[in-house]
Amino acid sequence: MAEAGRTVAEAPVTTAAPRSFELRHLGLFVALALLVGVGLVTRPAAFATADNLVSILSLAATIGVITVGATFVIIGGGIDLSVGAVMALASVWATTVATQEFGPVVMAICAILVGTGAGLVSGLLVAYGRLVPFIATLAMLVAARGLAQRMSDRRTQLVRPDNQAIVDLATTRVLGVPLLVYVFALVVVLGWVLLNRTTFGRRTYAVGGNPEAARLAGIDVRRHTMLLYALSGLCCGIAAILIMARTTTGSSTHGDLYELDAIAAVIIGGTLLTGGRGTIVGSILGLLIFTIITNLFILNGLNTSDQLIAKGLIIVVAVLLQRRNLKERTP
Amino acid sequence: MLVMRGIVKQFPGVRALDGVDLDVRAGEVHCLLGQNGAGKSTLIKVLAGAHRPDEGTIELNGVPAAPASPVDAIRLGIATIYQELDLVDGLTVADNIFLGHEHARLGFTDRRAANRAAGEVLARLGHPEIRPSAEVGRLPPAAKQIVSMARALSREARLIVMDEPSAALAHDEVANLFRIIRDLTARGVAVVYISHRMEEIREIGDRVTVLKDGRTIAVGLPARDTPTSEIVSLMTGRDVEYVFPPRASRPPGEEVLRVEGLSAPGAFAGVSFSVRAGEIVGLAGLVGSGRSEILEAVYGARRATGQVLVGGRQVRRAGLLQSVRRDGPLRALRRGGVVESVRLGMGLAPEERKAQALLLDQSVTANITLGGLSGFARLGWLDRARERAEATRLAEALDIRPRDPERPVKTLSGGNQQKAVLARWLLGGRRLLLLDEPTRGVDVGARAELYTVIRRLAEDGIGVLLVSSEVPEVLGLADRVLVLREGTVIHQGDARDLDEHRVLDMIMNGRAA
Repeated sequence: MAEAGRTVAEAPVTTAAPRSFELRHLGLFVALALLVGVGLVTRPAAFATADNLVSILSLAATIGVITVGATFVIIGGGIDLSVGAVMALASVWATTVATQEFGPVVMAICAILVGTGAGLVSGLLVAYGRLVPFIATLAMLVAARGLAQRMSDRRTQLVRPDNQAIVDLATTRVLGVPLLVYVFALVVVLGWVLLNRTTFGRRTYAVGGNPEAARLAGIDVRRHTMLLYALSGLCCGIAAILIMARTTTGSSTHGDLYELDAIAAVIIGGTLLTGGRGTIVGSILGLLIFTIITNLFILNGLNTSDQLIAKGLIIVVAVLLQRRNLKERTP
Repeated sequence: MLVMRGIVKQFPGVRALDGVDLDVRAGEVHCLLGQNGAGKSTLIKVLAGAHRPDEGTIELNGVPAAPASPVDAIRLGIATIYQELDLVDGLTVADNIFLGHEHARLGFTDRRAANRAAGEVLARLGHPEIRPSAEVGRLPPAAKQIVSMARALSREARLIVMDEPSAALAHDEVANLFRIIRDLTARGVAVVYISHRMEEIREIGDRVTVLKDGRTIAVGLPARDTPTSEIVSLMTGRDVEYVFPPRASRPPGEEVLRVEGLSAPGAFAGVSFSVRAGEIVGLAGLVGSGRSEILEAVYGARRATGQVLVGGRQVRRAGLLQSVRRDGPLRALRRGGVVESVRLGMGLAPEERKAQALLLDQSVTANITLGGLSGFARLGWLDRARERAEATRLAEALDIRPRDPERPVKTLSGGNQQKAVLARWLLGGRRLLLLDEPTRGVDVGARAELYTVIRRLAEDGIGVLLVSSEVPEVLGLADRVLVLREGTVIHQGDARDLDEHRVLDMIMNGRAA
């Protein structure tokens, strides 16, 4: 038992630990503000326009949906490398001649089912086949990309004009903002609710933080792990709909290296790769930082290689800063 | 040999050490006593070079020495064996022993030489059966402790700090540990020994230093002659050592657990017993006698053959012949044991609290409600207000301090962490609690509280199955006792008919009384 004096003395340590997300994500907001500042200074005319904002959000939407799923998987102690490939496969499957016969609703359902199915397979391999997540999802990445190429014969498949409803997601604007941005926002909100307000979310933290404790507390860790990958796949399916809308195509080349962007966004957002800790809000902020960098480089006409170097630096700096925070918080 | 004067260590908001003096002579066993939170752990971390003191002096053999890092401390001849063992699970025994000073030539490790040298050190420790090439992660806790000790020995340390080395050990292992310590001190090595167990201090210690609130309040008391009551009152101001609550006034109720012919190859065989509502049944035995394994098998966390019936119904016929549960759907079986055990009203407080029970970063509330989350949810939606209210109620009922359910559980003392684990299983109407070493690493005062809590749970009609390596604890707390030896039950009977001496005799000599 801690003696009374000691207890009182310790109390400020906990209250000092940031709990509200405003504080927790303060660093990310500062980074975002800095980037916006850079944009305003270097390209005052082009950056702060409604059009540019909308284009940033549209750019972020596809990977954003994937990032939500990736956040769950990583907090749950896993990793999903297959997200880009699964999205490509879902987009190809939904735009085959056969699927397009049935109209836009069936196309969307098809994309979601394919994504969820692929995630479920990864999840089964990880949870019940006891494959290391890195390996299981690497295999899924390669296989899904291959299947997508086979189905499409490596050709880009156009969304037929009579299925225009899919493309409308990108072109129809409500209050000046394309529908696909609303889809993105909805996924973020649902993801946040699922992670913070449900037993599923709480168990995700437990499974990632201490799987043995979770198991002995009566949580079905394997089933939960499987569901996490299925959820990630579901997000890939939704992302496939958005990419079809934006590009009006389904293609086996969609989503190349999306897995790296998604994982980077999650890490920048403060989620531990070892699991058990992380937030949706952080991931989305991380993603916005990434997207704005891309946007700034394009606006300033800089070359994409430099952009990659800048992103690499950001990842390192973000993680270094967070490690400092973590140390301060650990007594 | 070692002289520490006026050591102060300040953490944000806490003065962990507030002027500690310590004075250790070569060849002695110097015991460090104090309640959890008195500053023992911080002090040894200063010695090990993990913390740098803010004030004070350290002299080693008359020379000022302030270990600035763990490497520095090892160079100075100070080795520390931590309570939470710091071994690398994925490496072999030999790799762990020589970690940081490998047998190598030009950077290439010499595995054979390392294995041979490790074998020698282990033999010196009386444990030639631990293979140097075995993976540490697969060893039982007691063997890990030996490996940790072998590491300290291999560094030719002049001062060895042992933080509760006996906590993970059973009775005969402790005797062996003492033999090793005597061997070391005979060669002039000084040992700083931390333990909560008075009888050990009497047996092995030379002098005692008592810490309280980060201060030294008694230096160099003779370990053998100072009365226990004096030491305990120095530590606490309270005269408590082993205080057990009175046994149940009512006779036990109906059976809540029946185990029939439970066997697991290499661990235990033909174990049958039952636990009734309101009854505490204790399993006594050495490490390796199968006591923890039986608990895990009952909980469904370990494969075994035989039958486990909870609340009179068959839970599962475990083992390779997984067969149909008579009055339930097949689905539950396929989904594995623990989930079903919890659903049927079992709860386990495992042996390694931090590794197996707690989400250290998360709040007390989240830890308490982990086992019964669905009780606060409708269609998966958590009612957080109700969750917090329920956790707060339980935290108050079990007197978990400090009273802040949002505090991360890792900032609590061992006793309070254990109460949080117990609180978890008070949700949702448990019928049977399985407790594995419930008071490990818990100080004297908090122990008495835990005993009271456990007894109160039984009074409320829960059946309790208790495992402890401390025989007095089993005898004092349990109503009925099963004595285990090498995986079989050699005695079963009322705890009041037994005393420590008879149980130890049965355990060590294999004679059923």
